[in-house]
Amino acid sequence: MNKVMDNKNNTDKYIVTRNACKLCSPLGASIVLRGIENSMPILHGSQGCATYIRRYLISHFNEPIDIASSNFTESEVVFGGSSNLNQSLDNVTKQYEPDIIGVATTCLSETIGDDVPRFLREYKKEREGRKIPEIFTVSTPSYKGSHMEGFHQTLKAVVDAIPGDEIKTDSVNLFPGFISTADLRHLKEIFEDFGVNPIMLPDYSETLDGTSWETYNKISPGGTPVSEIKKMGGARESIEFGKTLSEVESAGKNLEKKFGVKCSSLGLPIGIRETDTLMDLMEKLSGKSMPEKYVKERERLIDAMSDGHKYVMGIKAVVYGEEDFVAGIASMLLEIGVVPSLCASGGKSGFLEEKIRSMAEGYTDEEIIVKDGVDFMDISEIAKEINPDMIVGNSKGYTLSRTINKPLVRVGFPIHDRIGGQRILHIGYRGAQQLFDMVTNTVIQYRQDSSPVGYTYM
Amino acid sequence: MIKVLDERVKQIHEKGAEPFDFDCDRRSTAGSVSQRACVFCGSRVVLYPIADAVHLIHGPIGCAAYTWDIRGSLSSGPELHRLSFSTDIQEEEVIFGGEKKLEKSLNELIDIYKPKAAFVYSTCIIGVIGDDVEAVCRKVSKEKGIPVLPVHSEGFKGTKKDGYAAACESIFKIIGTGNTDDVSEFSINIMGEFNLAGEAWIIKKYYEEMGVQVVSTMTGDGRVGDIARAHGAKLNVVQCSGSMTKLAKMMEERYGIPFIRVSYFGIEDVSEALYEVARFFKGNPEIMVKAKDLVKREISKIIPEMEKFRKALRGKKAAIYVGGAFKAFSLIKQLRYLGMEVVLAGSQTGNKEDYEFLREMCNDGTIIVDDSNPLELSKYMLEKKADLCIGGVKERPIAYKLGIGFCDHNHERKIPLAGFEGMYNFSKEVYNTVLSPVWKFAPRNRKHGGER
Repeated sequence: MNKVMDNKNNTDKYIVTRNACKLCSPLGASIVLRGIENSMPILHGSQGCATYIRRYLISHFNEPIDIASSNFTESEVVFGGSSNLNQSLDNVTKQYEPDIIGVATTCLSETIGDDVPRFLREYKKEREGRKIPEIFTVSTPSYKGSHMEGFHQTLKAVVDAIPGDEIKTDSVNLFPGFISTADLRHLKEIFEDFGVNPIMLPDYSETLDGTSWETYNKISPGGTPVSEIKKMGGARESIEFGKTLSEVESAGKNLEKKFGVKCSSLGLPIGIRETDTLMDLMEKLSGKSMPEKYVKERERLIDAMSDGHKYVMGIKAVVYGEEDFVAGIASMLLEIGVVPSLCASGGKSGFLEEKIRSMAEGYTDEEIIVKDGVDFMDISEIAKEINPDMIVGNSKGYTLSRTINKPLVRVGFPIHDRIGGQRILHIGYRGAQQLFDMVTNTVIQYRQDSSPVGYTYM
Repeated sequence: MIKVLDERVKQIHEKGAEPFDFDCDRRSTAGSVSQRACVFCGSRVVLYPIADAVHLIHGPIGCAAYTWDIRGSLSSGPELHRLSFSTDIQEEEVIFGGEKKLEKSLNELIDIYKPKAAFVYSTCIIGVIGDDVEAVCRKVSKEKGIPVLPVHSEGFKGTKKDGYAAACESIFKIIGTGNTDDVSEFSINIMGEFNLAGEAWIIKKYYEEMGVQVVSTMTGDGRVGDIARAHGAKLNVVQCSGSMTKLAKMMEERYGIPFIRVSYFGIEDVSEALYEVARFFKGNPEIMVKAKDLVKREISKIIPEMEKFRKALRGKKAAIYVGGAFKAFSLIKQLRYLGMEVVLAGSQTGNKEDYEFLREMCNDGTIIVDDSNPLELSKYMLEKKADLCIGGVKERPIAYKLGIGFCDHNHERKIPLAGFEGMYNFSKEVYNTVLSPVWKFAPRNRKHGGER
C-alpha cells in the first residue's frame, strides 16, 4: 500500500496534462442546447471549437449535431466579435429557423473581453418589432472548469433568461444532469408512471438518439420546448441530480431563489439506494405508492444480485469520468460488493472525495483512493499499483484496459469505440440491473477466457 | 425547405446551368455551420504522424482533448503521436501568462519520453495573452539538445490551409540537419501520405520494389531523423497537395529538389504515380520495367474480384465531400471505374484552379460546392438522389439519417484505401454500404419498393 501512497503524490508531480479526463466547457453548453426543442448553439469564437465538438459528439451519438460558429478571424480578435456574432445570429435564424439560440463563449472571445450580453441587447434592440428567436448567452471559457461546468452554467443561463412564474403548474422541474439518452427516456417513463408531469431540462433523448428520417430535418426533432421552460418558475418543485452539484449554485437553486420553487438535490439515481431515494421523493410528490412495475423491477434486481453476488464480491474496480457520474457508479458498485478502489475525475469541484467517503463507510483511504483533477496518465499510474480486476468508465479508458490487460466496462460518455453508447441505461432499478449484469458477466467472461479449462457452466 | 444563405450562393455551382463564376478560398461564413475546423486542425493533422516527437498543445484543454488518438496514422515504432499533451491553461495563466507552465510541461515531457523533437502548438489565446512561445522553445531546445519547434496554429489566424503552412514551416526547420551519405541517386520523399491504416507502407513497398529508395515518408509513420535527411532525396512525390505543396516548394527553392503531384487512390492514379517516378529516373530504365511488372501483377490480382462490385454498383449515384479537392479528382475516377455517377463533388479547402478542374471532370447537372454545411449537403444529396456519400465523420450521420450509404475517406479510417489493394478495399466498402439490405427499411425508400 505504501507504493500506492507514493503514487498519490506522483499524480501531483506533473504540471503537464497527459490524456485529459475532461473536456472543455463549450461542449457541455452544446449538449444542453441540443436538449432544447428547435434550438441552435452558436459558439462565439474560432470555427474549430464548433467543428471539433461536433465531431466528438457525433462519434458518440451517431446523430447530425449542428453547432454554429461566429468564426473569428484576426480582425475580430483585434476589433471584437460583435459584427460576426450578429452575422451568425442572422444566418442561423435564416437557415435553421430556431425558436431559441444559445450563444456560448469560448476561451478566445472571453480572453479578448467580448461583452456578449451587451452585443445581444443591441442585436435585439436593432430588431425590435421583428420576429426573432429567443436568444441567451452563457459564459463558457474553456480555461475554467470542465465540460460539466459548461453544462451546468448553461442550464443556469437558460433558467435565468427564460422562465417566469406567471403560470402556476403542477409540473415538477427535473434537472437530470449529463446522462444517456436511454436514461432520459427512462426518467420520463418513471414520472409518467407516477402521474407527475416533468419539465426536464435538458432533454436530448430524441434529438441525440432519434429515428431515421424521410426528409432532412434542419434541427433534430425533440427536446424541451421553450414554452415549457417558460413555465419552470411556476412549477411545484424542482429535482436536480448530482452529488457534487448539490454543493454548488445550480439551475434548480437559482429557480428556488428567484421564484421560491423548492429544489431537492439527489445523487444520480444509479444503483438501488439512489433509486430508492428518487422513488421515495416520487411517492411524496405524487401521493401514490411506487407502481407495481418498479416494485417488481427492484425485486428482480435483488434476486439477480443474489444469483451473482459471489462473482463480484471483493472485485476491485477503477472508476473514472465526470464527478457526479463517478459518485453514482461508485454507489452502485459498493452495493454489490465491488470495491471502487480508485474513483477519479478530471473535474475538480472539490467535493468528490467527501461524497465518495460518505458512502464508503468501513473502507480506508488506502482501500478506496479518490482523485480529482487527474488525467488518464495519473489514473493509469495509480491503476497499475492497485492492479484492479476491471475498469469502469467511458471508452477513453480502453488504452489503460489494454495496457494492464483487464476488462473495460463501458459506461458514461463518450463511447467512441462501440455502437449504441448513447443507449446504455444506467439509472433506475432497470439501469442497475443492466449494470449489474454487465459487471458480473465481465468478471465471468474474463475468468472463462483466461481459464485453462474453459468451463461451459460458470 | 432548405434555403442557401446569400453569402454562400457563389460557392455552389451546378454544372451546365450557368456560367462558372465561383468564389472560394475564403473564410467560412459566420453562422453557416461549416464542416471545416481551424488553423490548429490543419497543423495538427499534418504533423500528427511524426511518431517520435512529442506534440504539446499549448492552450486550454479542449484542443488537445478533441484530438487525442483521433487519426488512423500507424507507426512501426514509437507511438508518441497517439498521446494527447496539453498545458491545460487555466484562468490564472490567462491573466499572468502561460510561459512558465509551458516550459515546465515541455521539460517534463522531454524527460519522461525522451523524444527526438517537440512540437508546440499555439492555440487561439496564446498570442492574445502574450506568451513568447518562440523564446520558450529556444530555451528548452538549447537545454535539452533536441529541436523544439513552435507551430503557429492559433485557430482564428486563417483557415485549415494556413495550419498546413505553419506545419510545413516547422518541418522545414528539421530538414537539412541530418546525414545524407547513404542516400542513393534514385531516391524520393513521400509527402502528404499519412500512413492511415498503413497506406504509406503499401506505397513505400511499391517504390522500393521498383528500386527507388524512400528517404522519408515525412508525415506518415514519420521520424524526425528521416525528415532531417530528407534533403538528400532527388525527388519529392507529393500527395495531398493542399497540405504539402508548400513544403515541396520550399525544398525546391532551398535544395533544388523538384516535385511531382500524385495520388495513390484508384488503379489509374496509383499506376501513374509509379510511372511518373520511373520516368523521372529515366537514367535507370530498369525502374520503369519493374514498375510495369508491378502494375501488371497488382492489377491482375484485383481485377477479377472487381467485377462483382462493378456489376452491382453500375448506375448508382455518389456525393463526394472531402477535405482537399485533389482527393475528389481521384474519387471521381474511381467511382467512374465502378460505373457510378458523381452527382455532388465538393471540398473544404479547394482553390479556384481545383474547382475548374473538378468542373471539367464532372457531368452536367453535378453540384460543385466549396466549404459546404450539413443543410446544403443534405439538400443536394436528396435532390440528386445520391446512393452514396463519401466524406468524414461529420458527413456520416447526414447520409445515414436519410438512408444513404457512406464511405469514410477521412483520416479516421482503419482500412487502407490507397494502392491497388486499396482500390479493392474501397470498392468493397462502397459495395457493402450501397447494397446493404438495411436501406430497404429506411423511411425514404418505403414508397418505392422498400419495406414497411
